[in-house]
Amino acid sequence: MTALPPPSAKKLGLVIDLDTCVGCQACVTACKGWNDQGYGAPLSDMDAYGSEPCGTFLNRVHSYEVTPDDGPAQIINFPRSCLHCEDAPCVTVCPTGASYKRAEDGIVLVNEDACIGCGLCAWACPYGAREMDAAAGVMKKCTLCVDRIYNENLPEEDRQPACVRTCPTGARHFGDLGDPESAVSRLVADRGGYALMPEMGTRPVNRYLPPRPKDARREASVLAPLLDLQATGFAGWLDRLLERF
Amino acid sequence: MHPAPSVIIFTVLSGVGFGFLGALDLGLMPVQGGAALVAFGLAYLLAVAGLVASTFHLGNPQRALRAFTQWRTSWLSREGWASVAALAASAPVALAAAFRPGMMLAGHLPGLIAAAFCVLTILCTSMIYAQLRTVPRWHHWTTPVLFLAFAAAGGAILALPGPVAAAACLVSGGAMLLAFALGDGRFARQGQSPAAATGLGPRVRPFAPPHTSPNYVMREMIHHVGRKHARRLRLIALGLGAGLPALLMLVLPAGLLASALALIPHLAGALAQRWLFFAEAEHVVGHYYGRAADAARGTA
Repeated sequence: MTALPPPSAKKLGLVIDLDTCVGCQACVTACKGWNDQGYGAPLSDMDAYGSEPCGTFLNRVHSYEVTPDDGPAQIINFPRSCLHCEDAPCVTVCPTGASYKRAEDGIVLVNEDACIGCGLCAWACPYGAREMDAAAGVMKKCTLCVDRIYNENLPEEDRQPACVRTCPTGARHFGDLGDPESAVSRLVADRGGYALMPEMGTRPVNRYLPPRPKDARREASVLAPLLDLQATGFAGWLDRLLERF
Repeated sequence: MHPAPSVIIFTVLSGVGFGFLGALDLGLMPVQGGAALVAFGLAYLLAVAGLVASTFHLGNPQRALRAFTQWRTSWLSREGWASVAALAASAPVALAAAFRPGMMLAGHLPGLIAAAFCVLTILCTSMIYAQLRTVPRWHHWTTPVLFLAFAAAGGAILALPGPVAAAACLVSGGAMLLAFALGDGRFARQGQSPAAATGLGPRVRPFAPPHTSPNYVMREMIHHVGRKHARRLRLIALGLGAGLPALLMLVLPAGLLASALALIPHLAGALAQRWLFFAEAEHVVGHYYGRAADAARGTA
């Protein structure tokens, strides 16, 4: 059913730390690696070795240049994937019921057997989180690795989304954002986590942690002592001689 | 937004088809016998050809019947139901006009109900686009007005006497002007920006893209090929869609020839208008790619 379920107490989602993300794209690769072989149609690549390679990915990492009012520009790496919105417009526009939000944990999923590939859900999403698979003709999106997080065949430490499990800098966190006492909720509260494009009325579950303020640049250069070097001996004589010309 | 030919043909043909069918259902063009068969046949042909064209847009058209299930929430699903209802409710009206000359359903209650379903179909089609907050140019009452005005003009050219059809064409021209005038700048006024999209403050600009060649999101939603011709295409849409058919319907003697001669430029104008409807529509996801501002300026 594409009617949204009543708000769930449990709201599973991601918290992404823009301060520690180094833009290594490991999450993109891990996501593609896991979702290529498990849940639903594999994420196809078109012309993978040609001049216009194009493929389906559920996670994309942008890099932005941000210039603060005081201080030099910084590079902020910015992973972008489904935010598992509470008022998910991608769900209600779906004509077939393929797109749905789970009542028990709030994960937004696509039932690929019912998807006609009309693309309207991708149009309704402000975040560009959905990509139509060119080979299968069905809509693909982040599943929050629903086939990992409840999977008792995996060791407990692996029961997290592939992107979170693989992140080498710990910039990605997974948990229940509906529980104010959860680790991710406390992280959001401590660091001032925010939602993307709140004016669109989608009420995303995922949160982004802003980059921490950087140390102020020291006015004096650490090389300053070297600038005052006085030449002595032969070099000093040469220095004085050359200054006469 | 990407102006997919299948969707452009779908909205233009089914718009004219359901407009004409509605006019016939209302009894605005009294037809009987063979003439009724031809007239209703043409209306069905146009409407169904449009609906068939829409399925070419689908990744898995063999599952299209599933689109009838979610009418409670989805305008696309409602459109499916409304179109089937319009086609089904018009059938007895058409059969009565063709084979039971004494039994007039057109213009009476069965015809009025069928015509209402035709209007509802056009309205649902337009709401598929008007519902999307992500595309500010579409998310406005001018979208249903535009679609309804085009259906009325197309139906009027085929069904109504010259001056009335000319007036309908001019109304569609007015709807176009209104949609152009009110739509320009709504994307910028809506207040979304790279800053709001990323939450990274006012001085943010893309440094490195997440992928080296365009992906589905970019091809589908960040389209701006040919926007530099937008001004000329607007004039073509206004001239061919509204001006020329209005003139032809006024000066030519009423009849099949006038309708046929006026319909051709009207359809060409409608195609130009619908192409612009997609090509000029900006999606907020463009802010992540830093392309939205370029696109709005028409420089990219």
